[in-house]
Amino acid sequence: MAWQLFITFAQIGLMSIGGGYAIIPLIGEQVVHKAGWISQQVFTDIITISQMTPGPLAVNTSTFVGIQVAGLWGAVAATTGAVLGGVVIALLLYRFFEKHRQSTYVFEILNALKSASLGLIISAGAAIMLLAFLGTSSFEPHSLMTNMNWVALVSFVLLLFLLRKWKINPMLIMLISGVSGLIFYL
Amino acid sequence: MAKPVKTYLWLLATNLFISAFTFGGGYVVVPMIRRFFVQKKKYFEEKELMDMAAVAQSTPGAIAINLSALAGYRVGGVPGAVISCLAALIPPLAVLGVISVFYTSFITNAVVAAVLKGMQAGVAAVIVDLIIDMCAMVLKQRSAFLTAMIPAAFIANFVFGINVAIILFVSCLLCVLKVFWHHALLMRKQAKR
Repeated sequence: MAWQLFITFAQIGLMSIGGGYAIIPLIGEQVVHKAGWISQQVFTDIITISQMTPGPLAVNTSTFVGIQVAGLWGAVAATTGAVLGGVVIALLLYRFFEKHRQSTYVFEILNALKSASLGLIISAGAAIMLLAFLGTSSFEPHSLMTNMNWVALVSFVLLLFLLRKWKINPMLIMLISGVSGLIFYL
Repeated sequence: MAKPVKTYLWLLATNLFISAFTFGGGYVVVPMIRRFFVQKKKYFEEKELMDMAAVAQSTPGAIAINLSALAGYRVGGVPGAVISCLAALIPPLAVLGVISVFYTSFITNAVVAAVLKGMQAGVAAVIVDLIIDMCAMVLKQRSAFLTAMIPAAFIANFVFGINVAIILFVSCLLCVLKVFWHHALLMRKQAKR
């Protein structure tokens, strides 16, 4: 069973470029429909839990499914499968870029990847801002004022100011925002 | 590349710490790595961090884990990469292991929900802070082509929901074509002479 988990999550890991929520349907297809390890309801719960706990979605999902199916070793097998391929490929690609930095093509490709990645990071940032300020994942201009979470907007501006002005530790920002959540939302 | 045990221990502790604070998606790891590896320990420069982030993003798997592995590799070779990876995996494994036992009560817990809702603003601030610095670095290269690629990739992904892999592939292709085009122009100029 552990081997089966390893193989399935290795496939999921290798097929998910860019990470994040784009891979949710892919994982669901494999784990719920093909293997039938967990039900759709439990899968939806896992996604919710993944958002509530630290760590990447793929790692959290593989850990959770692994535990449910085959206990601790199932979790280790599934998680190892999910990350191993990506890490090896990332290391090889990085070494390749380091070695061939003088080549115009390699240099330009790395530049292109950097710019495109930045665009994708902005996309992820925009999605998080939508979620934080409006509580949705889609942008609706007409309900902007009514749905606006002013507490979130003001604390965002203050935290960003702290970061820009004094370069304080991002972890401190997470702690401050978590505590302010307790104060304002509980 | 043999490194003192202290370096490996530092990698282990730092990655454990970073991973435990990675709420809201793998991108938060980039500013965390920047804080500890670039600003505090000066193991490498911000430019190199951007290279690593680009590679981590363009390869399969979780961005956070890939980036931890690359930073670990840069500091301590293959052992550094392995240690960093394991350290980055332990917190989610431990947390999920505990939570999976009583996960229904966790999901419905009001305290957990309030903390997480508050953290969303923090995650947004940390990511925007990073985006500002990274944009400044690309702009410094004074290439209209590379600068235009940032909003193009953003719109393609955010507005049109185009797959990340396709966006990265097309960006590379465009870049290769651009270099090719430059070479061809150069050749023609030389031929005319």
